[in-house]
Amino acid sequence: MKVFTSILAGLLFGLGLILSGMSDPAKVLGFLDLAGNWDPSLAFVMGGAVVVGSLVFPFAIKRPKSILGDAMRLPTATQIDRRLVLGGLAFGIGWGLAGYCPGPALVSLAQGGSKPLLFFIAMLFGMGLFELFERAKAKAVSASA
Amino acid sequence: MTIDWNNFTPWTSLAGGLMIGLAAALFLLFNGRIAGISGIMGGLLKPAQGDISWRIAFLAGLVLSPLVYALVSSLPQVQVEASYPMLIVAGLLVGIGTRYGSGCTSGHGVCGLSRRSPRSMAATVAFMFAGFVTVYIVNHLIG
Repeated sequence: MKVFTSILAGLLFGLGLILSGMSDPAKVLGFLDLAGNWDPSLAFVMGGAVVVGSLVFPFAIKRPKSILGDAMRLPTATQIDRRLVLGGLAFGIGWGLAGYCPGPALVSLAQGGSKPLLFFIAMLFGMGLFELFERAKAKAVSASA
Repeated sequence: MTIDWNNFTPWTSLAGGLMIGLAAALFLLFNGRIAGISGIMGGLLKPAQGDISWRIAFLAGLVLSPLVYALVSSLPQVQVEASYPMLIVAGLLVGIGTRYGSGCTSGHGVCGLSRRSPRSMAATVAFMFAGFVTVYIVNHLIG
């Protein structure tokens, strides 16, 4: 059941990305080009998503358990640290260079073409590099302790 | 600044946004999880028992969505302007940046803002700012 609701949520999320225009990198870059011929459409995507989210999230996060009986797994970090800001900046630069963020990159895979695939592989490689850094760091910390 | 009225699609963008918000809301209600795509992907790179199938299912839903969309309507045209080397650099930055910053447009943007997390607001400001500046440099200073 958990798998079934996951696939449905992913599907609905992806359909929303396609309908909204987020899966078209040219449209994303048109939104990010404030000084050029600006296409404000994608502000409506974030706006619409956050309106629905804001209606449901405040109640959902107070639930002791999910509807399917699992623990509610919410982020616990609250600190605005260097990692958060530097990571966000790096992500934003990559987003501005190609017009893909992770969701649209996945949605674009089945739409075909070598470009989305190449971006996806590079993104996965980047995530893998992060894991390796983290493991190396954890090892160094435990070795010095 | 001029507005690109020809490409302006407020209604379909709003409708898509509502669907994204609904997907994130249902996922939190039913699965108790944040629909943060970089986090869901990243979790597969350090697999833990019992924590794999739902991640693959969610990502499979995303990957299959264009096939389902095509059953109902024709898929919108997409255009990738970035060159191959640029796509590699961009992909690496998005991969490392989203994991290092613990989230992307979905986890920090949609879900974080919906639960009024100051941390996610800061991250969203950071990546939006970097996106605007990057496109400004590429289109108006270099291009």
